[in-house]
Amino acid sequence: MTDYVTFTTAGQLFGLPIEHVQDVFTLANITRVPLAGREITGVLNLRGRIVTVIDLANRLQLGAPRDATAHMVIGIERGAESFGILVDRVGEVLSLADRDREPAPINLDRTLDAAATGVFRLDEKILVALDADRMLDFGSSRSNAAQ
Amino acid sequence: MDELLREFLTETAESLDHVDAQLVRFEREPNNGQVLSNIFRLVHTIKGTCGFLGLPRLEALTHAAETLMGKFRDGMAVTGDAVSLILAAIDRIKTILDGLEKLQREPAGDDADLIGELNRAAARAWNPRWQDDRSAASERIGDEVAFQSADAGAPRNLAESAEEAGSVASQSIRVSIETLDQLMTMVSELVLTRNQLLEVLRRRDDSEFNVPLQRLSSVTTQVQQEVMKTRMQPIGNAWQKLPRIVRDLSADLGKDIGLEMLGADTELDRQVLDLVKDPLTHLVRNCADHGIENPDERSAAGKPRLGIIRLTAARQGGYVVIEIADDGRGLDTTRIKAKALEAGLVSESDMAAKSQAEINDLIFAPGFSTALAVTSISGRGVGMDIVRSNIEQIGGTVDVKSSPGGGTSFVIKIPLTLAIVAALIVDIGDERFAFPQLSVLELVRLGGEHRIERIKSAPVLRLRQKLLPLVDVRTALQLETSDTVNGFVVVAQAGGQIFGAVVDNVFHTEEIVIKPMSSKLRHIAMFSGMTILGDGSVIMVIDPNVLAQSLGRAAPAQSEASTDTAERQPKLRQDTISLLIFRAASDRPKAVPLSLVSRIEEIDCRNIEMADGRYIVKYRDALLPLRSFDQVRIKREGAQPILVFSEQGHSVGLLFDEIVDIAEEKFDVKIAGDRPGILGYAVVRGIITEIIDVEFFLAGSGSLGRAA
Repeated sequence: MTDYVTFTTAGQLFGLPIEHVQDVFTLANITRVPLAGREITGVLNLRGRIVTVIDLANRLQLGAPRDATAHMVIGIERGAESFGILVDRVGEVLSLADRDREPAPINLDRTLDAAATGVFRLDEKILVALDADRMLDFGSSRSNAAQ
Repeated sequence: MDELLREFLTETAESLDHVDAQLVRFEREPNNGQVLSNIFRLVHTIKGTCGFLGLPRLEALTHAAETLMGKFRDGMAVTGDAVSLILAAIDRIKTILDGLEKLQREPAGDDADLIGELNRAAARAWNPRWQDDRSAASERIGDEVAFQSADAGAPRNLAESAEEAGSVASQSIRVSIETLDQLMTMVSELVLTRNQLLEVLRRRDDSEFNVPLQRLSSVTTQVQQEVMKTRMQPIGNAWQKLPRIVRDLSADLGKDIGLEMLGADTELDRQVLDLVKDPLTHLVRNCADHGIENPDERSAAGKPRLGIIRLTAARQGGYVVIEIADDGRGLDTTRIKAKALEAGLVSESDMAAKSQAEINDLIFAPGFSTALAVTSISGRGVGMDIVRSNIEQIGGTVDVKSSPGGGTSFVIKIPLTLAIVAALIVDIGDERFAFPQLSVLELVRLGGEHRIERIKSAPVLRLRQKLLPLVDVRTALQLETSDTVNGFVVVAQAGGQIFGAVVDNVFHTEEIVIKPMSSKLRHIAMFSGMTILGDGSVIMVIDPNVLAQSLGRAAPAQSEASTDTAERQPKLRQDTISLLIFRAASDRPKAVPLSLVSRIEEIDCRNIEMADGRYIVKYRDALLPLRSFDQVRIKREGAQPILVFSEQGHSVGLLFDEIVDIAEEKFDVKIAGDRPGILGYAVVRGIITEIIDVEFFLAGSGSLGRAA
């Protein structure tokens, strides 16, 4: 069994293994980053740490508009860095059996497929299980060491 | 790795750096007993530890080196060859140590050659004076105490320095750099939190927190200073290898070079020190290779045969200023000019307008290599542009001063620390940004006499005697807010030029803690980092060097632009310059590099007067001679636009009809001009354009008097 933190954005239900999630907070005092890609909502200060907030709907190119009134952020720590995943709504934590996880259907959008580890057929909806590392694998993340 | 072995490696590396420096000093002052004692002791210590750790190869080598040094101590004449031999031995020791670090055991190899030579040198120096009681000492030098008692020359010195070293050692401990870095990070957090608290407090008039918070604040400042101190190292650490380098260079080049170092105890943040090491070494090499002349040349010029390279470091406010000066031949302006023209860095007419200092500054231009004859010493593909960009990357500046025959001096100004810097907080729309204070020259409030003028789309500002090119930060950052009208211009020097950055508002200067950009944002070259302000908000730190690059580019800075030097260079190499295109006298467009134009003015024709057969206009409390192309007739009244060119306090005004445009073009004069005042013809925006010869007009030709 794996515990998934579930959340919805642009109408789609997602789940992230609970051990990937640091905390959940509401978006406030965000600073926009000029010249950044559209995946990046901005940066904010969370208890002295700078969190880079990523808009999941834009990141996964879901197309559908995000709910502009909802501002929930799922905090993820990767290495020494903090990221926040901006979503519409955060739902309950679900315990799902690993054997119920199916491979993503072959016709799934490639961007989404690259970030997903599989799908679960829930009673009412289909949940797309995500992986934090794959979700953060985008854009230019090459090292700045040369500078 | 074995703890003992690691300790040995760290200590030995430090000792060897000392030995290098000391040996060079020793060669110059062979009679200085204390220097000899120092070297002897260092090598002796290494040898002792080698035996203890069971490192036979190292032990044998250090023993041979020590024996030769023992002979020096006993009065053998110090020859350059012998010192070279010892230096070679030390290099071999370093190689073995490198291997030791990698393999955790002594690398295989044979040092019989070197040991043989060392022993031969020692034997050659055989002197009957050692036959008596000292023969045992030179055979197998005993421990230090015995050595001291045997040496009548400097026993006191040695005893004193040993005692000193002992007392210092007992009061200091080794702390890993990691721990210190972590401590620094946490103190940075503390400073931020303190700032936040103070911000909250500022909004309340009277609070019981006032007093304890003030106390907390001052303690925080003290803690910050103390922690910063732990990271400080004397700049002398970065200089340790230099005496050796200079010595080897003098030998290779056949020059006599002395190195003087002043202010070696000036302290710098460890991180900054690491980053400044290579540029410093490169500059010193440059001085030795290109600056200092051959001894014969020096004699001929009436200078002492010994050339001096002088390093000076001193603290000035939050910065350290390092000067690397030589008393050599100075920069050869003619050669720099020729080289820059050949490399296509500057156009002919652009060059004519450059001051001495600006020409000297060309050595820092990408694609310019000072080594006309590339030597093995400094022509190794590392140009002065890399030196400059390395120093600018740590928020520093480097400038060059030179006088023909009098020498060259490089002045480096670097911040004491990287982690905390002074920054000007600016505002664009409702977004704030930090602008590093070091690049800021002055602030100009817009309005009144200072207004942004546009030549076509290029914004400029008249500032005293110059036209200052402006970068609209709003455009450079692609912010979608309304234009700045009553803002400020931050006059900055970065990326080799002076420019103005237009912002809406300027707040105060704040000490900010720079945090690295998130890995997802690091590709945005425009920002060098982020910081958290006192009110808790996160803002971006603008990199003035990158901002300067967006100068004169019609399109805003590319968001995906990378600052990787390899990718940045070609962009800079494209020698496009801003050309002012105008019409005068004929329909054929004329052009002049914008950088040569001091001002564009409109004068009242009624103020034009004739004096001495020439037309002159009263202009800003001075008289400005007017020039024109032959066919232009002077108007009797109305307004007359003029281009003002200046050179060394001497200005002329050139009459023209209208401004056509400003073009960003690769400047390439195709055909030489055949008429006075025309340098040649170039294709600008697909149209054949006359490039005017500013020099011609400044020199007093093209006088209106003649035409009238």
